[in-house]
Amino acid sequence: MADEIKKAPAAVKVTIDNITVEVPAGTTILNAARQIGGDVTPPAMCYYSKLEGSGGKCRTCLVEVAAGSAADPRPMPKLVASCRTTVMDGMVVKNITSDRVQDARAGVVEFLLLNHPLDCPVCDQAGECHLQDLGYEHGKEGTRYEFNRRTFEKEDIGPTIQLHMNRCILCYRCTYVADQLTDNRVHGVLDRGDHAQISTYISKAIDNNFSGNMIDVCPVGALTDKTFRFKNRVWFTKPVDAHRDCPDCCGKVTLWQRGDEVLRVTARKDEWGEVKSYDGKPGWICNTCRFEKKKASDWTIEGPTVINRHSVISQGHYLNKQQPKETIQEVMGGLKPRLLMDIHEVSEVNKLELSELPGAATSQQYKTNSNESSNKTV
Amino acid sequence: MGRKLLLEKAHVENIRSYDVYRKEGGYRSVEKALKTLSPDQVTEEVKKSGLRGRGGAGFPTGMKWSFLAKPEGVPRYLVVNADESEPGTFKDRYLMEFIPHLLIEGMIVSSYALGSNNSYIYIRGEYAWITHILEQAIEEARQNGWLGKNILGTGFDCDIFVQRGAGAYICGEETALLESLEGKRGNPRIKPPFPAVKGLWGCPTVVNNVETIAALVPIINEGGEEYAKIGIGKSTGTKLISACGNINKPGVYEIDMTISVEEFIYSDEYCGGIPKGRKLKACIPGGSSVPILPANLLLKTAKGETRMMTYESLADGGFATGSMMGSGGFIVMDDSQCVVRHTYTLARFYRHESCGQCSPCREGTGWMEKILWNIETGKGKMSDIDLLWDIQRKIEGNTICPLGDAAAWPVAAAIRHFRDEFEWHVTNPQEAQQRNYGLAHYADALAVPVA
Ligand SMILES: Cc1cc2nc3c(=O)[nH]c(=O)nc-3n(C[C@H](O)[C@H](O)[C@H](O)COP(=O)(O)O)c2cc1C
Ligand code: SF4
Ligand code: SF4
Ligand code: FES
Repeated sequence: MADEIKKAPAAVKVTIDNITVEVPAGTTILNAARQIGGDVTPPAMCYYSKLEGSGGKCRTCLVEVAAGSAADPRPMPKLVASCRTTVMDGMVVKNITSDRVQDARAGVVEFLLLNHPLDCPVCDQAGECHLQDLGYEHGKEGTRYEFNRRTFEKEDIGPTIQLHMNRCILCYRCTYVADQLTDNRVHGVLDRGDHAQISTYISKAIDNNFSGNMIDVCPVGALTDKTFRFKNRVWFTKPVDAHRDCPDCCGKVTLWQRGDEVLRVTARKDEWGEVKSYDGKPGWICNTCRFEKKKASDWTIEGPTVINRHSVISQGHYLNKQQPKETIQEVMGGLKPRLLMDIHEVSEVNKLELSELPGAATSQQYKTNSNESSNKTV
Repeated sequence: MGRKLLLEKAHVENIRSYDVYRKEGGYRSVEKALKTLSPDQVTEEVKKSGLRGRGGAGFPTGMKWSFLAKPEGVPRYLVVNADESEPGTFKDRYLMEFIPHLLIEGMIVSSYALGSNNSYIYIRGEYAWITHILEQAIEEARQNGWLGKNILGTGFDCDIFVQRGAGAYICGEETALLESLEGKRGNPRIKPPFPAVKGLWGCPTVVNNVETIAALVPIINEGGEEYAKIGIGKSTGTKLISACGNINKPGVYEIDMTISVEEFIYSDEYCGGIPKGRKLKACIPGGSSVPILPANLLLKTAKGETRMMTYESLADGGFATGSMMGSGGFIVMDDSQCVVRHTYTLARFYRHESCGQCSPCREGTGWMEKILWNIETGKGKMSDIDLLWDIQRKIEGNTICPLGDAAAWPVAAAIRHFRDEFEWHVTNPQEAQQRNYGLAHYADALAVPVA
């Protein structure tokens, strides 16, 4: 036994959906699949390579192991979490080629959405939400759930972060951030089962210069940046890479701009939605960079952020916006309904200095504006 | 009359005290093991005895012990699982409450075999008074030289500590138990690594049930081979069964695994039959997590053989027509019981006890509970039954720990065997509020194919 372990090769071959790759021993199935990329990569909602101990919980990354290894080619009886299972030489894995996996994954997606409020139209995460992507890819058009969803009160954890527990999928990533990045752990999971919640104990503020990274690791809109809440849809903003000399962090960020205004600052993300690494170190950013440097002049701009062309963010026709032709009057025989909110109107938000607003941008701000103008004309 | 190895002396007056226990032959196995056997020889005896884990899964104990990693310079731990929270199971409580020294004695021998110098008992929080009983027993054992440094002059040191849980069923799952014992939130760990390699404080650890460890005493006293002679096939030795429900004599019974289920329910030595002349409808033979069986499949297997109180016979037919020995919580239901209501009660339990780490168990258990409540209260739809089936199917096997499976199995088995009772609730919502479905055909003779 001991001899076998010593002889284990440094690089092992694993076949995922009929594609073979060679990876270092000790790599997980998920990371091997990421090396192949594309559809073969299982979705991962809780695993986060930069957070130790993460993964294994959400079960979206389940795969079938059709052969354990070359030495022991027996299949594994259960589906396994690819993010927490290491590859063996000669392992054969089925992801999209396995009906069992597709069936189980559809089940997991249904479970994850069961109590989710589906309030994407008012959620700041919409457009960059991993649960949205997962739902589009693996979800059904309707739910079979006929009961009230569980609800929680919104909670402020500190002056800059808001917790919207209704949207949380309990991936535990933020608790690992609190554990591993911040020096004083005050954030964790209270209660259990479907009544478990992410919280600080008795609404204690999280007071730490790196706490903002929780927002970046949260796959859904449960943790949001209070300085950005309701200020804009992400697809109306223009992401640019920028840096500054920061004494506390790497200072490499993405600025989410509208005109010259900086609406939001985040860490830079890789193609899996994780914070990028520099020199092997995760590029977490500090709260000063994230929340306080909201002027373009604070930053050295590097250039536009590369965004996957399938992302809705790259669909945001920021430049050369074309206003679509209004057709309602035509099809309704000349009737002109009173619109509650004209989205094209709202997208003309440059009229307001959003970053100057003390809180969230609400319809109130726009109302006062138009009221003012209408008052003037009267 | 079957043989009793564990509870034989449980009713001797004052057996709880060290002096009486010792006079009745207590701690002989420690003397024998420490003075005449090497640790490996003790493990060898356990292997020979064929002892299987009494906590639920029935894994061979000797084999489990031989998997324990033994790296140089790293401590190893024995942890006794006394969390006993499975509905229907109350055997460990009986053993610890009435004859606590038996557990302590078994632990010293096991600790010797495994090389554990600090061993732990993780006890269910609600068993507050038993904690005191155990601590007193430990103190007595220490004062009489069975615990502490250099036990019996053999150079072996051992101490035992009791840790109370805080009222979570999930902390009976061995890795959740270890987390809780380390002072953390009791979330099951993702395996591998298994406790045998990385357990308590990251060190190699064996987790065993109370009854498993207590069985070490007769195994060492009589020898593994003698122990293995009791029982049938791979079900060796004696097993504690906690019987409850509609029976004349609920309680904890020690059986040698040679009797039939029918004898266990109806004989005066054990449950003493069903009260008020009612009829047997169904039974959950091994604690709430194992599949429920209707009367006809309980007394006879699908092959028409008599079902015995053994690991193999109770599991005969797989989940299609069989069940499991589980933790020995034997719940009997007569014809006045409603299977839908029972299934709802269990679903509510699992919803409440899920730790909430993994999505299928966290969300699925609550969903099943709500649907079952609808069916039970006359608001169910026919499609709900298939939906329940689909939900349990999507939980089972897809979770981190077996609690997900344990929540799925009772629902699956109830629908598998009692589907017409569910349908009757849906089609007769009003009547179902007033009366129970009754015995129906659940005790009818099985159509056994003529070979
Ligand atoms: C949800 C859950 C609860 C459990 N509760 C208990 C328990 O209360 N007592 C126990 O001995 N084993 C319990 N187990 C089984 C343990 O995980 C473990 O298998 C057992 O303690 C091993 O001991 P054994 O080999 O002696 O049976 C539980 C398992 C699960 C999944
Ligand atoms: S708040 Fe976000 S990061 Fe934290 S557990 Fe919930 S979904 Fe995960
Ligand atoms: S199966 Fe249930 S109890 Fe077990 S880890 Fe998952 S959520 Fe927790
Ligand atoms: S990403 Fe693997 S279980 Fe969540």
